[in-house]
Amino acid sequence: MKEKLEQLRQQLMSDLSAAADGQALEGLRVKYLGKKGSVTDLLKSMKSLSNEEKKEFGQLVNGLKAQAAESISKRAEELKELEIKREIELMPEFDLTIPTKEDRGSYHPITLVQRECERIFTTMGFNVEDYPEVVTDYECFEAVNVPKDHPARDMQDTYYLTNGELLKSQTSAAQNAILKKYGKRLMEEGMPIRAIFPGRCFRNEATDATHENTFFQMEGVMVDKDISISNLIYFMKTMLSEVFQRDIKVRLRPGFFPFVEPGFELDISCLICGGETGCPSCNHSGWLELCPCGMIHPEVLKEGGIDPDEYTGFAFGLGLTRLAMMKYGIKDIRDLNSGSLKVMSQFTDDK
Amino acid sequence: MFLSMNWIKDFVDLSGLDDLKLINQFSLSTAEVENDIQFKGSDISGIVVAEIKSVEPHPESKKLHLLKVDAGEPELTDVVCGAPNVRVGMKTAFAKVGAKIGDIEIASRPLAGYMSYGMCCSEKEIGISDDNSGIMDITDDVKNGTDLKDIYAIDDIIFEVDNKSLTNRPDLWSHYGIAREFAAIAQRPLAALDFDDLSAYDDLPKVDMKIEDPLCYRYSCLQFENISRGVSPVDMRIRLFYCGMRAINFLADMTNYLMLEMGQPMHAFDSRKVENIRVKRFDKEFEFETLDGVERHIDSDTLMICNGDTPVAIAGIMGGLDSEIVDDTHTLTLESATFDAASIRKSTVRLSHRTDASMRYEKSLDPELTVAAIARFVFLLKKYDSGIEVVSALTDDYAYKYPQVALSFDKAFVDKYTGIEIDNDTIVGTLERLGFGVTYSEDSFTVDVPSWRATKDVTIKADIIEEITRIYGYDNFEIHTADAPLFPTRPEPVKQDEDSVKDILVKHFNLHELHSYVWNYADELKALGIANVGEIKLEGATNPNIETIRKTMIPTQLCQVRSNLGWADEFGIFEVGRVVSGMTDDNLCIENKLLGVTLYKKGMDVRSLYFRMKTIIETLADEIKHKKVSYKRAETSFDWEHPVNLNSVIIDGEVIGRIGLIHPSVMKKLDKRASVVFAELDMDKLAAVENASISYEEPSKFPGIEIDLSFLTSRFAPIKEAIERAACELIRSVEVIDIYEAGDASSIAVRLTFADSSRTLTREEVTAVTDGIVADLESKRILLKK
Repeated sequence: MKEKLEQLRQQLMSDLSAAADGQALEGLRVKYLGKKGSVTDLLKSMKSLSNEEKKEFGQLVNGLKAQAAESISKRAEELKELEIKREIELMPEFDLTIPTKEDRGSYHPITLVQRECERIFTTMGFNVEDYPEVVTDYECFEAVNVPKDHPARDMQDTYYLTNGELLKSQTSAAQNAILKKYGKRLMEEGMPIRAIFPGRCFRNEATDATHENTFFQMEGVMVDKDISISNLIYFMKTMLSEVFQRDIKVRLRPGFFPFVEPGFELDISCLICGGETGCPSCNHSGWLELCPCGMIHPEVLKEGGIDPDEYTGFAFGLGLTRLAMMKYGIKDIRDLNSGSLKVMSQFTDDK
Repeated sequence: MFLSMNWIKDFVDLSGLDDLKLINQFSLSTAEVENDIQFKGSDISGIVVAEIKSVEPHPESKKLHLLKVDAGEPELTDVVCGAPNVRVGMKTAFAKVGAKIGDIEIASRPLAGYMSYGMCCSEKEIGISDDNSGIMDITDDVKNGTDLKDIYAIDDIIFEVDNKSLTNRPDLWSHYGIAREFAAIAQRPLAALDFDDLSAYDDLPKVDMKIEDPLCYRYSCLQFENISRGVSPVDMRIRLFYCGMRAINFLADMTNYLMLEMGQPMHAFDSRKVENIRVKRFDKEFEFETLDGVERHIDSDTLMICNGDTPVAIAGIMGGLDSEIVDDTHTLTLESATFDAASIRKSTVRLSHRTDASMRYEKSLDPELTVAAIARFVFLLKKYDSGIEVVSALTDDYAYKYPQVALSFDKAFVDKYTGIEIDNDTIVGTLERLGFGVTYSEDSFTVDVPSWRATKDVTIKADIIEEITRIYGYDNFEIHTADAPLFPTRPEPVKQDEDSVKDILVKHFNLHELHSYVWNYADELKALGIANVGEIKLEGATNPNIETIRKTMIPTQLCQVRSNLGWADEFGIFEVGRVVSGMTDDNLCIENKLLGVTLYKKGMDVRSLYFRMKTIIETLADEIKHKKVSYKRAETSFDWEHPVNLNSVIIDGEVIGRIGLIHPSVMKKLDKRASVVFAELDMDKLAAVENASISYEEPSKFPGIEIDLSFLTSRFAPIKEAIERAACELIRSVEVIDIYEAGDASSIAVRLTFADSSRTLTREEVTAVTDGIVADLESKRILLKK
């Protein structure tokens, strides 16, 4: 019996190492441990033995049974590992030099710079306003102190509609409405007016690489009891330094705009040469003319229902289109309204 | 406008100061100076006065002459010269050997076989005029050998000021006005001009002159005769040339010189042609020939200078040919006048003719200038042509006088406006140097605005702030933040939604944001067979492509799709833009802010593209408003809309837009082998939809039961209705898992998920519900697929 048992053990071991997969292993389990399996048979054949022998032999068979079960499951583990190893070996290496196309949309560059400016001003306590494109002569000119015979009101410069309304030629067209919207809280609660309004403007002019009849501006106003020229310069410098992500030098020159007094042309130090040396991009002057600004004209405040003797404020008009062109190196302004996906699909989110 | 530093220095002593620094400061304090500052005369040296002592013809050349010139040296110099105007006794400009003209250094060299030791120069060669017809003819009595630069102001710095930046400063259209700015910047006194005393002629007869139109503010004139000088002094000619004007003759040069010096345009008439001057408009239209020989159309709005009823000049713009100074003119009438600025500007626009004079008039010139300019003119006239004789009294009609402007303010106002401390002495000194009269006690100021700043420019206290601060220098400002209380910002809902819409469309659906124009692209629409529809047009449009304001964004997007064909087999574009959808009862535009989305895909599977758009719309509604979308069949409003599958997009019962296909006739022209789907949503209506709060529901801990049912039908709507009729709260979701399209054998498979949050459901109770639904549909002849 013992020899038989030992023989069986040897047989099991050799069968196990020959088993190449889970199916073969399951066959072995049935062959040895199943109801009619070899080990089960051994147990059955013990009937003829004496109790003494049964006890001794039973232990041995049970030992074999346990060993068989353990060996089979161990072999199963080995086979699983082998299988995974084989799977890994079979996995080919991918050729990453094969080009793939990115699967994404794109933002218009104006949206990108506009959002950037809005974010900066929002953090400085400014509200972002929305304003229509068709406005009245009152909104665009009269309310912002542009005299009746001012050249800007000529048809050569402004797109008038057949009903007498017009396509706003400047975002200042929104100033009056903004002053009226927030004036009450300014006077009753002392809440300073801080607002920006980005929007599309229209001027009747021939288009070329640097001129467009449709472009974006962003107007900003701040009105409170003691707003000064010093504050204006501070805000412009701070805001522009944020926009360009570096310490910008600003320079103010007198500029005439009917809605401000005093009015300024604001230059920034050249982004390429830093203003020290002059270079082709700043026409060798070291400065780039960027945005008109000034102290809001008392008549404009008055027309907005705000007492100019008590309150002062500043306003500026930032050319978003120009900013986008500077930021992304767009040479031809007409590309922006071209609707060309070849051009526009290049502008991804740029936070 | 070009400006001469020499001329400016006639009126303000700038010695010891750096010219370039001053010009830069002028740019920062007054008006923008263009970049290319010219250093006149810097590229020439060694040019002297020389007298031609002998002229011999050149044996080998018809054009050349052999000269001996006296250049102030012991020996005469041999020169070969090609100028036609050489003559013995003539004094000319002579470039000696070693002299420099531009990049050329004069050397002795043979010319057609004869040595030439230097070069006689034309005025153009020296750079003082554009006259190259012969060598310079020096008529002044100067010693031979004198360096030309010692007798004539050839060295000068010329800078250009951008005319646009002078729009509001009529006083700056002259050297004297600019000199006043330099005086203020440099803190040096401004010299007074020398004038002739016109009161000396009070006893002479007056000119018959009358203003008959309120558009003329002031008309001053004076007659004189006996002009003997033909050519202007060299220095005058040089200045005119450097400042961009051509020397013509002494009289014409004098009026130009006065205009550049004082800013007052003047005109000289032949007195025979202006015996009774009248300033008026005509109530008829006619042609009028100006002195440049051009016939110009005069209408009833154009102010004219007339001799009685005969027009002789277009007021403020240009004189007439007929009254021009001619060879036998004996007596001259000098006009110095002021006209209504807007009227002159509009006339120049109508005539399309802008002149140096009209440019100044349209800035609102100071009427006080007219007489002063005449007094200055006579002073200079006498200086350069001593024989002239004034033959009339000053005749002056001052019809409209600008009111005197006086402004009062206190120091606190200046402090508040500037935000910095500027002391009283600086305030007073600056204003006085700019010509303002200042009286003050303690911290109260009263300022009289000088006439040249009071025509429109300085009218309010804030203008005084500008005067003080610009001269103080904005670079010198100490800058600080505002002392303002903080309040939370409140974003506009429509702006917030716009940002969200763009992010979802770009980031989630990979669409591309494009911009377009607000008017219809007439030509491109025509190519697509789309009518050019709009509620309103631009006034006086000349280009059909910039004329009609769009009523919907989609046609523009179809044009964009067309221009991008071939870019990719599949793409989607969008824009948040504006349209005018209609007019109010008051005839005002109804403007809408719309989101236009257009999807394009090669191939004819338009249905899946349509459902892609449906997904986009429902995702937007869910993400931005947490709302469900419903649809309703819509009627077409435009020729490019496909009549089938045009649906209104509805949220909360409100129509916020529509979704649809493109009409096959347009698709045939756009792309026969592609599908296009559009959607247009009203951003303001979307913003008005209330944002539902997020409804969170704890997932059931008990397993749900899924039942799949397949019905023989091609329409989902009856199935949906039957499920709704079952009104079973246990139904958690309904999903279409398969659509099989095959005519009568079409089928739709749905998966119903049942669950309850408090217990495990039994198969029986669920089957009871589905059996009910199946029976319901059977009664509608929609059978379960076996």
